[in-house]
Amino acid sequence: MRHRKAGNKLGRNTSHRNATLASLTTAVVEHKRIKTTLAKAREARKVVDRMITFGKKGTLAARREVLKTIRDKEIVRTLFEEIVPEYADRNGGYTRIIKLGRRIGDGASVAYLELVGFENVITAKKKAKEKAKEKAKEKAKEKAAEKEAETAE
Amino acid sequence: MALPKRRHSNSRTAKRRTHWKLDAPSVGHCPNCDQPKMPHRACPNCGYYKDRMVFIPKES
Repeated sequence: MRHRKAGNKLGRNTSHRNATLASLTTAVVEHKRIKTTLAKAREARKVVDRMITFGKKGTLAARREVLKTIRDKEIVRTLFEEIVPEYADRNGGYTRIIKLGRRIGDGASVAYLELVGFENVITAKKKAKEKAKEKAKEKAKEKAAEKEAETAE
Repeated sequence: MALPKRRHSNSRTAKRRTHWKLDAPSVGHCPNCDQPKMPHRACPNCGYYKDRMVFIPKES
């Protein structure tokens, strides 16, 4: 019986599921926000919150415990040095899920999973991306114009 | 074993199925851009959720 066994298995076996959650957790810590399916976001937030709780302990043992999930020392360092200090006055609820509706290809519910308090980092990143895109567009336009000029000649 | 005594007509089947109805989804509207939007989800049109811009909408 699966009485009181909460949690979504995500249609994966244990090792596959643990690997998926570990990689999602790593991505959240690295990028502060990720877009994934609602089910995966809900499962991953449990792991992310646990990692931050370990981070608050700040001990070497806690760091090694985190390294079991986030197998990248640099990313673990950002967790301990950038993310954890932000949450000194917050007891849990470090993550936020924003539902986005359904994905076109398969109809899956999609959501953002983000770290509370890092909204500025996220929007700054997004804006940088948009700017890069616009620049690329302008360049493409310039090139097209040049080509047109050439053909006109 | 228990078996139906009488044939079940197509009409009976149809009558039973008159109660199979679809509900229309409850659509709200975005407080930022006033476009229709599903409740508890970020607005697909302007990218706002509550008071905050969540993503930059695509221009098209």
